[in-house]
Amino acid sequence: MKPNQASSWNREIVGRACLDALRKLSPSSLWRNPVILLTAVGALAVTGDVLLKLAGGALDGFALQIALWLWFTVLFANFSEAIAEGRGKAQADSLKRTRTKTVARLLRDDQETPTAATDLRKGDRVVCEAGDVIPADGEVVEGIASVDESAITGESAPVIRESGGDRAAVTGGTRVLSDRILVEVTAEPGSGFIDRMIGLVEGATRQKTPNEIALGILLTSLTLVFAGVCLALPAFARFSEAQSGGAGKVDTSLAVMIALFVCLIPTTIGGLLSAIGISGIDRLVRRNVIATSGRAVEAAGDIDVLLLDKTGTITLGNRQAADLLPMPGVSLERLAEAAYLASLADETPEGRSIVALCREKLAGRRVEGDDWRTTFVPFTAQTRMSGVDLVTPAQTIRTIRKGAVDSMRNWVAGRGRPLPAELTSASEAVARSGGTPLAVAVDAEIVGIIHLKDIVKPGIKERFAELRRMGIRTVMITGDNPVTAAAIAAEAGVDDFLAQATPEMKLARIRQEQQAGHLVAMTGDGTNDAPALAQADVGVAMNTGTQAAREAGNMVDLDSNPTKLIEIVGIGKQLLITRGSLTTFSLANDVAKYFAIIPAMFAGLYATQGSAGPLSALNVMGLSSPQSAILSAVIFNALIIIALVPLALRGVAYQAGKAEALLARNLFIYGLGGVIAPFVGIKLIDLTIHSLGLA
Amino acid sequence: MNSYDITLLILLPTLLIACTPFAGSWLVRVLEGEIPSGLRWLGKIERSLYNLIGVAPEAEMTWKEYAVALLCFNAVGCGLLAVMLMCQGVLPLNPQGLAGLSPALAINTAVSFTTNTNWQAYSGENTLSYFSQMLGLGVQNFLSAATGIAVLAALARGLRNAGAEALGNFWADLKRATLYVLIPLSFVLALVLVSQGVVMSFDGYAHVRTLEGAPQVIPLGPAASQVAIKQIGTNGGGFFGANSAHPFENPTPLSHFLQLFAILLLPAACVDAFGRMTKAHKHAWALLLVMGCLLATAVGLSLYAETHPPAAMGEIARALPMEGKETRHGVVASVVWAQATTAASSGSTNAAHGSLSPLSGGIATLNMLVGEIVFGGVGSGLYGMVMMVVLTVFLAGLMVGRTPEYLGKKIESREVCLAAVAVLLPCGLVLAGCVASFCTSAGGAAIGSHGPHAVTEVLYAWASLVNNNGSAIGSLDAGAPFYLWAGSFAMIAGRFLVIVPVLMFAGGMAGKRHAAASSGTFPTDGALFSALLAGMILIIAALTYFPALTIGPVLEHLLAAAGRTF
Repeated sequence: MKPNQASSWNREIVGRACLDALRKLSPSSLWRNPVILLTAVGALAVTGDVLLKLAGGALDGFALQIALWLWFTVLFANFSEAIAEGRGKAQADSLKRTRTKTVARLLRDDQETPTAATDLRKGDRVVCEAGDVIPADGEVVEGIASVDESAITGESAPVIRESGGDRAAVTGGTRVLSDRILVEVTAEPGSGFIDRMIGLVEGATRQKTPNEIALGILLTSLTLVFAGVCLALPAFARFSEAQSGGAGKVDTSLAVMIALFVCLIPTTIGGLLSAIGISGIDRLVRRNVIATSGRAVEAAGDIDVLLLDKTGTITLGNRQAADLLPMPGVSLERLAEAAYLASLADETPEGRSIVALCREKLAGRRVEGDDWRTTFVPFTAQTRMSGVDLVTPAQTIRTIRKGAVDSMRNWVAGRGRPLPAELTSASEAVARSGGTPLAVAVDAEIVGIIHLKDIVKPGIKERFAELRRMGIRTVMITGDNPVTAAAIAAEAGVDDFLAQATPEMKLARIRQEQQAGHLVAMTGDGTNDAPALAQADVGVAMNTGTQAAREAGNMVDLDSNPTKLIEIVGIGKQLLITRGSLTTFSLANDVAKYFAIIPAMFAGLYATQGSAGPLSALNVMGLSSPQSAILSAVIFNALIIIALVPLALRGVAYQAGKAEALLARNLFIYGLGGVIAPFVGIKLIDLTIHSLGLA
Repeated sequence: MNSYDITLLILLPTLLIACTPFAGSWLVRVLEGEIPSGLRWLGKIERSLYNLIGVAPEAEMTWKEYAVALLCFNAVGCGLLAVMLMCQGVLPLNPQGLAGLSPALAINTAVSFTTNTNWQAYSGENTLSYFSQMLGLGVQNFLSAATGIAVLAALARGLRNAGAEALGNFWADLKRATLYVLIPLSFVLALVLVSQGVVMSFDGYAHVRTLEGAPQVIPLGPAASQVAIKQIGTNGGGFFGANSAHPFENPTPLSHFLQLFAILLLPAACVDAFGRMTKAHKHAWALLLVMGCLLATAVGLSLYAETHPPAAMGEIARALPMEGKETRHGVVASVVWAQATTAASSGSTNAAHGSLSPLSGGIATLNMLVGEIVFGGVGSGLYGMVMMVVLTVFLAGLMVGRTPEYLGKKIESREVCLAAVAVLLPCGLVLAGCVASFCTSAGGAAIGSHGPHAVTEVLYAWASLVNNNGSAIGSLDAGAPFYLWAGSFAMIAGRFLVIVPVLMFAGGMAGKRHAAASSGTFPTDGALFSALLAGMILIIAALTYFPALTIGPVLEHLLAAAGRTF
């Protein structure tokens, strides 16, 4: 799924949303939204009132119009939710089409049995060959294959999946393009990756987030207070009528009181609340990120520390050999020969780049020992060095090693050989420039240093600057020594770094940041990242990563782009900002509605013959008649929901910056704008109603 | 404006700003258990009091323990006071031989003084003995203010502590606030007031013959000590019925100024103390700024309304709007006092609030309707304000895209719920009270004025009762059984249904860890925050009371402009 640019307002989605809006009138559906439920109850009451009067032979046109617009208010709120869901459903449908009725080749006791994909259990092993669709999420336990994952990532270039490494995870629904792999199923039916995606976009697993619940409580409390205001008002009215010496001057009919109530309660935010939440998740999915819950998305908006792996995130995955630095008394050629031999069997990109550099330096000269009998010594985490043992024509063994400077130093020292004085200064110079020094030794004599250079990704510095503007501190995690790490950190513009990091150190660092009151996000892909991903408040696993990492995190980025977090944070913040801004707007609207309805209700108090009454001084909008004023307020209240649906779906724009500037801007637009807009809107509606002769 | 008015308007805010930090730091030192030098000898009394009731002052309490101790203490105090008032006829120090109070009046008065309301459904000089005034009402004047300070201290500790749910010790807070803050301040103020001529006597009332030869009874009594704590503790219950308009309670310009200053001093100091205890001093002063600006606006608007009556009111009213005001104080001093006493939940008066112009009376009512948080009562103003701040930062936090935080602690659904109860429940109670007054014959019969002024009168009464202010528009018959009983209920609900959520809030916050601030955190000490908070306070009150204020004070004003007065 590439970000879907198709309009959310296409005819199919709108048509389905209209039907769903009607379907959502059922009490069981309204029950989840107290504000809209009360609006519906009010609409029902006014409708009943109109029908009763009609049975008595009188048509109350005004009450009928109020009732209609109250029903529209409910329908508009339902519609906003339906259209947000509709967009998700359209996406879910396209996902479901990829989940074909796959027949899996279940392997049991070396026997292949065709089995329906839905019958696979965790731990089953299936065979997938070129052309097969992988039946379930799992891990490659044998073989290597190229896989087309376009069904979930939208990326058409095939990816390599192989056993025993960080690229072992495969996703159900993707297709094997070449070769044969044996996959161990890791997800029970129905809880696979695509199922989770479908569930997420359909909103089935969408639970209310903590902030949504808190806001809901505030809205319900305000609704209760406004209910109190409206219940108390008839008593105030009757008493004032009695004091002014005459009954029937204040219209407190059911239609008017319910109109006032619905105008006061926060129907705007109440009606749009779920649409905001659904569309937030939807925006995330459009950016190819799968979250386990809405809660995680909201938490992403709060994070203030981000831990990133250096390799593959900040720097290009592979370091390149950039230079050879021979020790005093050693020729460049001798060093190049040693480095060449030590790296011949090293298949890592670094190893290959060393071989290439040495070939260049030797300029085609034949290397002594190229044809001698050799034993390769592979890199291990204990020795932290690799190399070859050569059998010279004189039947002596020549050992050549390369490795991290301190492990080489120990190795040489352990053999009682002196260390060249320049080793330290040369290796530090390399480290300071952001490179990694590798020492090369022949028969326990250090002959020189290879300068491995990290290439910082282009544009990464700007991304970190943006994170800093969002108030997020970035911490680079690297296995490099502190001097190298500092140089790369400075070049990439990260705020802090964790050098010579082990999985335990990552975990400890996250705990330490959390203890200091920070909310920590981490991106990672390797199996050894899993504990840290689980500990972090927001763990974003790369889709290319291992199954363990993908399960430990609470989000998976299908594009495997570590700086995607910037967008995730933005979406999380947008969710909150949109809710807060529309709540402010909703409350600010009430001022104008009061100025429309209260003078209309009470203008008759103390009115002398033929005059408009003293309280008509508050009719600052100059609305044409009391009934038109009340009707205009109700119509405005209904239409504003529809008018704001696009904003709810799109979200209020978020720009990284100081909180105060952001608040000032939103208060200006949604607070002040919320006070002014309804004055204009209600006046315009009043003019329309008046010219149409509706009230 | 004469020179006294101008001096008052300049000196009062200046002196208040100058003294608040000193009073605030004193309050903090005392609440943290440090006995100020010079008062060490009182420490012995404190310790012997702990021994007497078997309390360890170091024992930290959870919110539940704190709330239970507070509620029990207030319930017992209220009960004892009610019994004392009913039995005053047989108790000593009763030179006038005044009889015991009826149960309804005794309970209403006991509740009123326990809740720091000091709603007075009686006139002191012809109802209460010296014994009742001193050992009954006087004691509760101290303890109700100390209760407010204790809740403030618990709230501050809840926001400051992280991890353990420890809010301090109610008994220790109560005693320290009383012994080291309220008693010394009242003692000094009482002596100054005596020097100005406020009476302090155990003699019976003086019987004299006037120049015209008519007999006159002049009430006396131990007034100065009562007047001091009535102002210091934002209690407001006058020794005499006329309160601080009475020359024996408030004889000179100096006594007037000092009393006005005393009304605002501790509420302001509580805000400063809260800032010191939570290490958020700048935030506390932002709150003070909001309070100061709202009060200054109220004073400015009502002075304008008072001195610019509508043309239709006639020449005399325009030239000298003195109706209901004490001539010794004049219009400006009366209006400033009326605004201060309604803003600061004192309720002591130096003029008849029913005689304020419609709009300045309306603003005085609004001061109470916002929840007595613009300065408010001792302690109670601050904790009420903090609940409003919680709602404000919740909305502000959402608008900047972060889970809202207050002083580094996350605001979640529990906090929003408690703050909403503390802020909105009083609104509901006020409206319910008004409806009961309008709809029942018992409630309606007690309403003494007419037209929209009657709406104001009822709204004022319930705003005052629920928010524990205590002043009233005098035409209401506060002694009617309906108001005695319903009023008692409103005072208890308005006081303790706010205190309990505040303590629950404090307990919940104490268990949360502090979140570190970043540039994405919304700062709660800037101008923007202050403006937003002021806006939130006004909009919640406006949304709740717009209709009531419209058909009360606003309508009265519009009718006055058309030449109809009530």
